[in-house]
Amino acid sequence: MIELVHLHKTFETADGTVEALKDINLSIADGDIFGIIGMSGAGKSTLVRCINMLERPTSGNVIVGGEDMAAMSPAKLREKRRSITMIFQQFNLLMQRTCLKNVCFPMELEGVGKKEARKKAMELLSLVGLPDKAKSYPAQLSGGQQQRVAIARALATNPQVLLCDEATSALDPNTTHAILELIRDINQKLGITVVVITHQMSVVEDICNRVAILDEGRVVEQGNVKDVFANPQSAAAKKLVFPNGEETVLPPGKGETRLRVLFNGSNTADLPLIATMAAQHGVLAKILGASTRSLGAQAFGEMLISVPDADAEKALTFLRSAEGIVVEEV
Amino acid sequence: MFSNLFTPQAVEEALLILKTQIPLAIWETVYVTVLSTAFAIVLGLPLGVLLVVGEKNGVLPLPKGLMHALGVVINLLRSIPFLILMIMVFPLTRLIVGTTVGTVASIVPLVIAAFPFVARLVESSLREVNPNIIEAAQSMGATPLQIICKVMIPESIPSLISNATIAITTILGYSAMSGIIGGGGLGKIAINYGYYRYKFLVMLIAVILLILLVQIFQSVGTRIAVKSDKRLK
Repeated sequence: MIELVHLHKTFETADGTVEALKDINLSIADGDIFGIIGMSGAGKSTLVRCINMLERPTSGNVIVGGEDMAAMSPAKLREKRRSITMIFQQFNLLMQRTCLKNVCFPMELEGVGKKEARKKAMELLSLVGLPDKAKSYPAQLSGGQQQRVAIARALATNPQVLLCDEATSALDPNTTHAILELIRDINQKLGITVVVITHQMSVVEDICNRVAILDEGRVVEQGNVKDVFANPQSAAAKKLVFPNGEETVLPPGKGETRLRVLFNGSNTADLPLIATMAAQHGVLAKILGASTRSLGAQAFGEMLISVPDADAEKALTFLRSAEGIVVEEV
Repeated sequence: MFSNLFTPQAVEEALLILKTQIPLAIWETVYVTVLSTAFAIVLGLPLGVLLVVGEKNGVLPLPKGLMHALGVVINLLRSIPFLILMIMVFPLTRLIVGTTVGTVASIVPLVIAAFPFVARLVESSLREVNPNIIEAAQSMGATPLQIICKVMIPESIPSLISNATIAITTILGYSAMSGIIGGGGLGKIAINYGYYRYKFLVMLIAVILLILLVQIFQSVGTRIAVKSDKRLK
């Protein structure tokens, strides 16, 4: 369990005081894959660095596993950090060490014997799918492979929490997907709580079960991924869910009624909604805008359609009868 | 000065010196250089580390006054011309070696002149280490000493070796100057025969040998530095 309570962080810069985090309250349950999403400059990296005290919060508490991180002595904090490991956007491997020795590194810091460390490092390299790269240097690997080594290194001290700071932002979409799969696997197999910092919606959709949206240093929305994405409330959340804007359509024409159709977890993949409406009820709808995304087998999002005034009642009745669809006149 | 460089008499004399004195001079130059560099590294490496880790945002922040004092002392030692420094450290040389003349005695001023230089070279090498890697080590619970010994120094090895090569060739040049205060080596031969006795051919030979030594040190150093760099694919 990770709890952030009234967390504030301010930086003193040459241009004055910058408030990076403002009254953050979050609680992340054990076993969660918790996404923290926001635009660049929202304070995501500062927030994740407050969890392991790479950044000291200006005020507020960070409680991990019942222990207050800010109150710890330096030695105790170093020990605690072994159970809260981190992976990074730029992988941050030691370039002068082989992959095997990179994975051994945290165990070396801890004082684990060389033989034992090598054995465990080999196991971890197998877990991340790179048993044959033990003797290679990081520079000889692709970005995705380097991130795998970094994940193996992060697992070396048997952590309870894995912090991912934009861990896939430097990778191509395919590699991103594979790395996310690996992270989900680790979460399920080893029961490690994962905190994912990202600016990519797709990352949160892919693996997170809970999400917090960070905007200008504040948490503007948090909850289950499905709830937040199906019905975003805050401006920042809407901007993330509908990156192209949701209201950029022409004004209504004469004799037209506009309907907003919300897909709220409907199985519309099987149902050609608009086509059915045209074929069975003779209602010819124009699609003015649509933004839907699928989470698992379900569709979330919204569509703006326009129908002739005369057919408005028919259309409303039909759409309301469909499962998981909410319709409103606009 | 070069008109009678190759008269039979001069050549014969030079060959004699080449046979009788040059081998020892080469040996003296090499061992004074290597030994002085070694001592300079022993003093300069920790000092260079302190200059980096002791900063405000460093791994092991030290009091501002101490950091300032370190900087001043290093700059002060580096600004004294070597010729003057050799004479100024006579008391220290006498204290350590027992005498102020001779080959061994010349090691003391060489070390004093070189270690602040080495400290600055180490400083610049360590600054090249990616700060994100240091942050990663901190996130794993590394102590400041572990970060220095297991991250900063190993990660900057190629650069440190390149800079050690610069140091050794510079110290070789300084060691030739110590011929003035009775230090042995090729510098002494060049000064004694060339400057005091106008035997320019001997001076020329000594200078050529110095050039060769620099070339050897430099190419060996460069080769080791490149080989140690694992960032190259």
